[in-house]
Amino acid sequence: MSFHPNDIVRRGRAASLIVVGALLFLAGGFFRSQVLNHQKYALQSETNRLRELPLPAPRGVIYDRNNKVIADNVIGYSVSVLAQKEDSLRAVLQRLSGTINITAPQIEQSVRRYRRAPNRPTVIIPDASFDVVSVLEEHRSQFPGLIIQSAPRRFYPDGPVVAPFVGYTGEVSEAELTQAAFTEYKAGQQVGKQGLEKEYESVLRGKEGSQFVEVDARGRVVKNAGARQDLIPVAAPPLYTNIDMELQRFVAGIFGDSLIGGAVAIDPNTGGVLALYSAPSWDANRFIGGIPAQYWDSLRLDPRRPLYNKALQGTYPPGSTWKLATTVLGLETGAARMNEKQPIPCTGGMQYGSRYFRCWDKRGHGFLDLKGAIAKSCDVYFYQLGLKLGLARLVAGGVDLGFQSRAGIDLPEEKRARFPTGTEYFDRKYGKNKWTRSLVLSMAIGQGDNSQTILNMAKFYSALATDGKAARPQIMRGKPDRTQILKLSADQMNQIREALVGVVTSGTAAQSAIKGVQLAGKTGTAQSGKVVEGKEQNHAWFVGFAPAEKPSIVVAVMIEFGGHGTRAAAIASKIIQKYLHVVPVVDLSVEG
Amino acid sequence: MSIRRFPLDWPLLVVGLLLSAYGISIVYSAGQTDIATGVAKLWRSQLLWFLVSIAACFAVSRFSVRLLDWLTWPMYWLSVALLVVLLFVGKGAGTAASTKSWLAIGGLRIGQPSELAKITVVLALAKVLATFKEPPRSLLELWKPALIVGIPWALIMKQPDLGTGIVFVGFAFAMLFWAGVSWPLLVLVASPVVSLILAFNTSIWGAWFLLLIALVLWYKPYMYEGIFLVVMNVIFGVVSPIIWEKLAPYQQKRLLVFIDPNIDRRAAGYHVNQAQIAIGSGGWFGKGFTEGTQKRLAFLPAQHTDFIWAVVGEELGFLGVTIGLALFAVLFLRIVKISERANDSYSSLVAFGLLASWFVHVLENMGMTLRLMPITGIPLPFF
Repeated sequence: MSFHPNDIVRRGRAASLIVVGALLFLAGGFFRSQVLNHQKYALQSETNRLRELPLPAPRGVIYDRNNKVIADNVIGYSVSVLAQKEDSLRAVLQRLSGTINITAPQIEQSVRRYRRAPNRPTVIIPDASFDVVSVLEEHRSQFPGLIIQSAPRRFYPDGPVVAPFVGYTGEVSEAELTQAAFTEYKAGQQVGKQGLEKEYESVLRGKEGSQFVEVDARGRVVKNAGARQDLIPVAAPPLYTNIDMELQRFVAGIFGDSLIGGAVAIDPNTGGVLALYSAPSWDANRFIGGIPAQYWDSLRLDPRRPLYNKALQGTYPPGSTWKLATTVLGLETGAARMNEKQPIPCTGGMQYGSRYFRCWDKRGHGFLDLKGAIAKSCDVYFYQLGLKLGLARLVAGGVDLGFQSRAGIDLPEEKRARFPTGTEYFDRKYGKNKWTRSLVLSMAIGQGDNSQTILNMAKFYSALATDGKAARPQIMRGKPDRTQILKLSADQMNQIREALVGVVTSGTAAQSAIKGVQLAGKTGTAQSGKVVEGKEQNHAWFVGFAPAEKPSIVVAVMIEFGGHGTRAAAIASKIIQKYLHVVPVVDLSVEG
Repeated sequence: MSIRRFPLDWPLLVVGLLLSAYGISIVYSAGQTDIATGVAKLWRSQLLWFLVSIAACFAVSRFSVRLLDWLTWPMYWLSVALLVVLLFVGKGAGTAASTKSWLAIGGLRIGQPSELAKITVVLALAKVLATFKEPPRSLLELWKPALIVGIPWALIMKQPDLGTGIVFVGFAFAMLFWAGVSWPLLVLVASPVVSLILAFNTSIWGAWFLLLIALVLWYKPYMYEGIFLVVMNVIFGVVSPIIWEKLAPYQQKRLLVFIDPNIDRRAAGYHVNQAQIAIGSGGWFGKGFTEGTQKRLAFLPAQHTDFIWAVVGEELGFLGVTIGLALFAVLFLRIVKISERANDSYSSLVAFGLLASWFVHVLENMGMTLRLMPITGIPLPFF
């Protein structure tokens, strides 16, 4: 080695430069990682060690008009597993199935949940019973990734009584999660599936909170709480409804187990729904946390179709209850007047063209004015009024009166009523010029191409009961939404109400009169098309209101295959009595 | 006894003690995990070895340099002999269980002979280079130094231990530089290895090749040397893909992960990723001594060995990293000074060689935690 001291100093300087340069370069690298990119790595480090456990928010409590509870929350438990890999999740589930009852489909469902959100705890049992929870707590040490949380569980104190309008909640489904409306939802969360729970989901769900637990590299929960500040869930605000629980229970009680049908009671002045029931009903409480397969099958296979909401989804020919629509159109166009008789008397039917059209009463009603025809529900009178109006005007008028629309209730299940849009409907259905004016005869008495929901009929009668404005039925308490659909004078309105009073005093619903309160309404006996032992099974209808002079309740009742409308009238009468706190005529109390 | 009678480089001693204290503290912290492992007790053996080393330091400092000079060849051949024996009885350890780096009797691991070789080869190389009257000017003159380093290097690469191999190459070049070999010649010597690496991309290798031709024409080595270098570059460029095929899968993976750590996040890339997260999440001042979550919850692998610097980064932040780097800088600069002032060539080269060895360790180890170097499993001196 040489060498000249100058050489050594030169090389020493170069070596020092390289050393300092390299260490500065390293320092720069650390500066970039630790200072410039600190946020990114800090987040990754937190993601590594923290697992977010959802803290479900209690759903909004649903109250009736007297602040009685319709839907409440009680304490429930959810069981989830924190897993690193799909394989380890399966292994845990396999071991769990030795301790508690977990079926193969449940395991598959859990694995699918895991795949969607591997960093969240995978929900195994969204709604575990206390028994399951206590067994698991006992064996907790065997399952290090197991998380048992108390989670609010939906509870309906009146179960089947409220199911037809309140619906139920359930775990958000895989299909729903793929939809845009559910982007904020995560697998395992509860969501309104039907009725009010679905309609007002965005209000009722509240805001989910979070709890953070610390896990180590092998996914074992090291620290249960305090790893990071919890996010407290925000409870949803309560929902105040127009429902009168006392009346709702009464309605459910009347239908009991034997009757099939539905009933709707609304306040005609506001549209507030006082009661809405479909019989037979089902127990919403048994739907919470997954419907037991056995219960589901029993409902699905029941010939009375309990899952089919007869007040909202069922459309039935309205029969004679629809004669009031014909009446209104007659009065509006001047085709009829209340005290006017039709040229042909009722002899139990009338000949039109080549066909003989029967009246429901084969004994005949003779000459009747419009008021009498409503009271006796005389078909022959309305055949002639229909012919006078003509099919085009009858159909167009029906559409204007709302018979081709939804009633607009704030429930997702309501079906649109079936009614022609115009005469072109018949062209489409039967072919151009292939149908005759005789169709107007059956349309005029509420038969033919006309199927209405019970709710929609109640809405129409709310216009008859008031100043001609139909009230949109509303379950949630809010601003009344009423539309003028009847263009009649106050005088004509009074005449119609008098005619409807006549139905109860001297007409088809005479047995249903209430002492002290003037009941008004119209029966209907609608052909269902179903024939048993040579006899057609009719749907029994009654739509009415009370007190006639200043109505505060409209009731629509329909009994599937219930025979004559008088049966429905009797039920409606009882509902009204209950609501107005009065007694039937036969009762001996001293009122009025 | 006075300072004059017992000359001591106080700055070197102080910075050495400070680095040792820093190292022992971090080894202690590395053992503080939520679920305790054997690492928790390692700081005690680290402390014990520290005391042993202090005694050894004192002893060596009392030696005459002549004694060291005289012992150089026996120690060198002992190291080589041990490395040869290792090829037959070597044991693996930890993540590199399939290698043959450890000498073991029964189940007890005694040590890695390559650690001894790191020192003895420096001594031997110093001894050879010190005999040169003039710095070597041609490749041919370098045959002896090349052989001295080449034999143990080849034995170590056979284990295989890439990290230590790189250390050998590092201090060999540094010592040649210190002995006065001009940098163009150093580049020419290194050129076949550069070709080996750059051959993965044909156009980059082509550019390198043109650069090499230019350098050869400018430096004007002997004709046959120039031709030899060019041919070597061509051969290495061609065989490099073949060598690649021969690498063990874990070696391939490590190199690939070095190029892109996201390749296999869960397996090979996992280590370097978690180290990066640990360091980055430390921020300016760190999460606090023993409080690092990456380490505490076992996300950080090899936290007491290869990735110990990530513990510093996570718990003491950029501040702790800077202090550590500053201590190393003082240490290295001090040794450069010592090398400059040495009375004879041999001592000067030994000092510089040992410096280069440490320097390559630090560069490798820290560079690896920053993804600037491939993961080679090399320890950090003092830590």
